[in-house]
Amino acid sequence: MTGGSVELREKLEILADAAKYDASCASSGSDRKTSAGTKNGIGSTEGMGICHAYAPDGRCISLLKILLTNFCVYDCLYCVNRRSSNVRRARFTPEEVVRLTLGFYRRNYIEGLFLSSGIIQSPDHTMEQLIRVARMLRVDHGFRGYIHLKTIPDASPDLLTEAGLYADRLSINIELPAEQSLDRLAPEKDAGAIRRSMGRLRLRIEEAKSSPKEPRFAPGGQSTQMIVGADETDDQGILATSDRLYTGYRLRRVYYSAFSPIPDSSSSLPPGAPPLMREHRLYQADWLMRFYGFDAGEIVPSGGLLDLQIDPKLAWALVNRHLFPVDVNKADRESLLRVPGMGVRTVDRLLSIRRHKAVRMEDLGRLRVQLSKVAPFVTTADPQIGRSLLDRVDLRQRLAPKPAQLSLPLLA
Amino acid sequence: MHAVDLAHPVDYEGWRAAARRLVLADARPESVDWRVGPQTGLFGDPSAVPAIPAVSRNREFSVPRDFLDLAETITCHRDPARFALLYSLLWRLTHGEPKLLDIVSDREVSRAEAMARAIRRDIHKMHAFVRFREREGHYLAWFEPDHFIVERAAPFFARRFANMDWSILTPDRSVHWDGETLHFTPGASKADVPDDDALEDYWRSYYSSIFNPARLKIEAMKSEMPRKYWHNLPEARMIRPLIRDAGRRVAEMAERGATSPSPKSERWALATVPEPTPESGLDNCRRCSLWRNATQAVPGEGPMGARLMLVGEQPGDQEDLAGRAFVGPAGQLLDRAMVDAGITRADCYVTNAVKHFKFTPRGKRRIHQKPDVSEVEHCRWWLTEEVAAVRPRLIVALGATAGRALLRRDVAVQRERGAILRLGGGGSLLLTVHPSYLLRLPDPAAKVLEYDKFVADLRTATTYAMSA
Repeated sequence: MTGGSVELREKLEILADAAKYDASCASSGSDRKTSAGTKNGIGSTEGMGICHAYAPDGRCISLLKILLTNFCVYDCLYCVNRRSSNVRRARFTPEEVVRLTLGFYRRNYIEGLFLSSGIIQSPDHTMEQLIRVARMLRVDHGFRGYIHLKTIPDASPDLLTEAGLYADRLSINIELPAEQSLDRLAPEKDAGAIRRSMGRLRLRIEEAKSSPKEPRFAPGGQSTQMIVGADETDDQGILATSDRLYTGYRLRRVYYSAFSPIPDSSSSLPPGAPPLMREHRLYQADWLMRFYGFDAGEIVPSGGLLDLQIDPKLAWALVNRHLFPVDVNKADRESLLRVPGMGVRTVDRLLSIRRHKAVRMEDLGRLRVQLSKVAPFVTTADPQIGRSLLDRVDLRQRLAPKPAQLSLPLLA
Repeated sequence: MHAVDLAHPVDYEGWRAAARRLVLADARPESVDWRVGPQTGLFGDPSAVPAIPAVSRNREFSVPRDFLDLAETITCHRDPARFALLYSLLWRLTHGEPKLLDIVSDREVSRAEAMARAIRRDIHKMHAFVRFREREGHYLAWFEPDHFIVERAAPFFARRFANMDWSILTPDRSVHWDGETLHFTPGASKADVPDDDALEDYWRSYYSSIFNPARLKIEAMKSEMPRKYWHNLPEARMIRPLIRDAGRRVAEMAERGATSPSPKSERWALATVPEPTPESGLDNCRRCSLWRNATQAVPGEGPMGARLMLVGEQPGDQEDLAGRAFVGPAGQLLDRAMVDAGITRADCYVTNAVKHFKFTPRGKRRIHQKPDVSEVEHCRWWLTEEVAAVRPRLIVALGATAGRALLRRDVAVQRERGAILRLGGGGSLLLTVHPSYLLRLPDPAAKVLEYDKFVADLRTATTYAMSA
């Protein structure tokens, strides 16, 4: 990094800062690649991605997440890079991105690159620039690490084909959970175009998977991000949107990003701290939909908002006490998955254990579950002593985390 | 009492050989003393011979593959009791508890699992937190693992950095890659690696810039990147200042508030207005609420003036994604039936009574839902437009929904099918089943029969449409 390196470091600062509001940093679930046995390839991708560092915001740093440029013709109010913002602007050359990616990769700082961009000139032109970087990495340098490319909605099909050939994952941000909000806050963005592009991506991804003869297309699938708290959509509406995205477009992940104050922000957006606890509860609810057999409709209470004090599974169990206690020695997998404090792994282990012996509380203890949380909702082979805690009106108070713990993630 | 001297701390093969003979010799776990060779002989020659009685050759036993994997993993643990624990598990597996490993809540199994977890985490953290520094084309790193994991962690680096010369030095063991082979050498010291690298300033810049001061979550960071690793991570020196300044940065940001946009930014907007997407009136249809959940409205397609027009119910999952009518499974069946009936699809106009996909999400799928009467009524406006534009000689209504939309009354498909019916506003219609009905029939014989009837209906339609 000689010659003009001060300038490059400044660009890196500007264009990483511009990318930090994108929550995704995953590098998992793509095809396996290795540079072993190659003449001059570099890198590997194997199943689980690796978080190489964590920033004090608790977020994993797995990829070099940057914008190619933060110049943008759009004026999305929630976005730090919007046209009317006075942030400093910069633009990498594709060669500079390649140098930084390979340099960081060789030192084992990162798993690969997550490249996004402000919209410059036109969607197709912007997409071409992103693809150019990916092509240089893959073709010129034999790079076998992870590449996540942001996809510009309604970019031409040929560009999409080439992007899928090089990228492990493609993503299009839905940005806001409701179409009306997008119309209001991101006037140049077209919700219909976003949906159409996601639909197209799903078809291409499935086509590529259907036969080994098909050309490679984003084997790590597609993901999206939704900003939480920039508009009035409640949790019910957010999860219903996620449900549509998962079922309609088979997204690998929907990322929720608590709306965070941005420099030079618009006065029409909520000021103040990002709703981190709400974001956390949405992730938990999202998990319940995808891995625990919950429907989007049953997770959120009638008020439309998730309980911030207790997790959504516990909240659900407390209003559905008639379905408990569940007998850990007899209940089916679906019922066990609904017990607060029991994860998928715990349930599968329990099912395995009970084929050989009667399950007791001490077994649960050794599975590292939080006994105080699980105990009121299950019966085991131990004799039941006294009245069930399920009948107690103060069960919620007993199970809710202490206020000190609760405020922890809100430290800022 | 049996004493077993293992050659070195990760002598899995030595343990396995000794354990095998001990089981065959009926040596109970409490009667075995597992010892690891003297530190001077660490990783030296495995000369120590276990004092185990000889056994007859005809006695054999086997253990699950899972156990051997577990044993090999745990061997890397630093806990001196690991070999005794493994032997105890082996003893129980071969003495009446063959399914022991399924009982994860067993005291010894859960202890072994905890050790295996610690090993996996240690390896994972080594893969994550090794930081190379470059010196004349050679990449060197210093790392301090908790356990004896260098051998197990090294192949990952060989697969990833196959064409780089690199070395990872640790206090117990070091590994080197020359582009072809992994070489292991004794432990080293931190002074053996360079104390800086040209890119570390860039990396620290990146680390600092990607951090969002408005989302401080220090405990979350520490649980994944514990403090014990920090002294070997070049970026970690930024942690303190970033935390210290976070509050001030957020407050300043709030105080500054919004500024007025620079005039330059307005010029960008004028210079480069995004190309307008082709605004089909149909895609902006909000007559009913089906647009909310669908990807897009699916228009009909085919030549204006086509003699034959086919009308289905509504787009399905695949049609909704592709934006084209009859491209999914029902469409493929329709294509086949049309070929069998002697119709070229390209000569027909194909559309649906309802233009948006109606469904309910269930699990990972979108389950088709029949459109209700009001949705069909709302969408009839578009269908009427299409009929007026195409002016077909005959319309084939595929299924009850299409029949209802066109005849404006409830229809009985099986009773009314196959006949040429007059339409109120002029034109003719033939009613038949929807191809998805054929797909749903469970009985293969009925499927064949119904398919033939469907083709016969299509043939009647084409004969009528093409005549005169």
